[in-house]
Amino acid sequence: MAVVPNTLKGFGVTLKQIFKKPITQQYPEYKRPVYPRFRGRHRLNRFENGLEKCVGCSLCAAACPADCIRVVPAENTPENRVSAGERYARIYEINMSRCIFCGYCELACPFDAITLGNDFEISEHNRDDLIYTKDMLLAPPLKQVPVADPDLYDTPIPYYKDHA
Amino acid sequence: MFVHHHEAWWIMLPKAFLVINIVMLFFAFTTWLERKLLGRMQNRYGPNRAGPKGLLVPIADLLKLIRKEAFAPIAAKEPLYIIAPVVSMFTALAAFSVLPWGPGWSFGHHYIRGTVVNVPISLILIFALGSIGIYGFIVGGWASESKYSLLGSMRTCAQLVSYEVSLALSVLGVVLMGQSLSLQEIVDKQQTTLWFFIPQAVGLIVFILGGIAETSRAPFDLPEADTELVAGYHTEYSGMRWGLFQSAEYINMITLSGLCVTLFFDGYHFPWVHSLDVVGPVWFVLKLFALVSIFIWLRATQPRLRYDQLMRFGWKILLPVATANAVVTAALVVAVK
Repeated sequence: MAVVPNTLKGFGVTLKQIFKKPITQQYPEYKRPVYPRFRGRHRLNRFENGLEKCVGCSLCAAACPADCIRVVPAENTPENRVSAGERYARIYEINMSRCIFCGYCELACPFDAITLGNDFEISEHNRDDLIYTKDMLLAPPLKQVPVADPDLYDTPIPYYKDHA
Repeated sequence: MFVHHHEAWWIMLPKAFLVINIVMLFFAFTTWLERKLLGRMQNRYGPNRAGPKGLLVPIADLLKLIRKEAFAPIAAKEPLYIIAPVVSMFTALAAFSVLPWGPGWSFGHHYIRGTVVNVPISLILIFALGSIGIYGFIVGGWASESKYSLLGSMRTCAQLVSYEVSLALSVLGVVLMGQSLSLQEIVDKQQTTLWFFIPQAVGLIVFILGGIAETSRAPFDLPEADTELVAGYHTEYSGMRWGLFQSAEYINMITLSGLCVTLFFDGYHFPWVHSLDVVGPVWFVLKLFALVSIFIWLRATQPRLRYDQLMRFGWKILLPVATANAVVTAALVVAVK
């Protein structure tokens, strides 16, 4: 007959919670800092001199499991020098409605031209707006998401890698 | 106290209209209270976006349900499919009409009674209306022409019919002590004696447990069983038709709490201070919402029963206890006389 006292104990547990402060984080008002290695919206990077890092090699498109990257390369000319290499990406599009944010494009890129940023608030009312063009990816991100302190939150190097 | 007062029809009609709308308002804010309390018991805030403290959430729900497409399966038996939720809602609202919520007030020659209707068999009327409400559930499930709905309504009806027996038997003790089937007289009787929750403590426990099962609330919410079964008899209902079933369930809970307050906690009376009975509806509503909060507390605490556990509990524990309580009360009432 331990059922009855145990049942009553349960009521005590639920009642106690009412007087505690809820642990819910109120999202739009408070944005929890993302982890340092969080994979969000992509960015295309430039060198300090303004040239694009992307050389239009399409390795990112080949690596993409969701097949959401489209690259159309073109030759750099002395009059129109866009990137540091021989060729540049004339068209660079990412279909964000297909992207799974796996980060393989970032790994595949030989020049660190494409990296995944921290922005995650990228919903749109229209699917067409989710196809990001090169201009959008090159531009500095509109919304800045706070990032947690890497010293506190970044994952330490795993033991097996450290002692390999 | 037992003087018969006549109430003019032009008082009765607007009063009935007012009471129905107040009950609907209670229903709306019971859903708010439930979400808020459940939220706080689970370390969440609960609704806090729509309006101050999320108080406009029921209104937003209503707007959403009304604007939503009321989809009906093509094979549904049309008139019955549409009437079923209406029947449930109607019986739920009608049952509230016999609950006494005030002592009655005289203004000059006019008299306002503290119930919508005062019938001598009001207790039986409530149970009868509750049983008719079950038709709404079983007909709704059958008329949907879907095997899941049909199975769901079988499940619902088996539960409701099983627990109705215990519920009715648990009330028998109160009827024997109150010497009446009129809720008004049972309330007045408690003024002269103890509140019935003390001598009828067993009856109260059986009544509350049976009532939770009867209004299909957790931990006896097998008709819906949100987490592991298809919704049950209202699987094929959407939009405001589903909303009617849902509101019928909540209004049943409010009526049942009201009945419990009337039978066991002396209805609209304030303990000891009789002069405060003038504002009877206030005490009635306070007691009612205390009970509703206990129902919500129970939902936040107890896990759902398995179906065989439900049936075993209903027939092998609740029913014998209720019967024994009725028999013992009858013997004691006769012995005291």
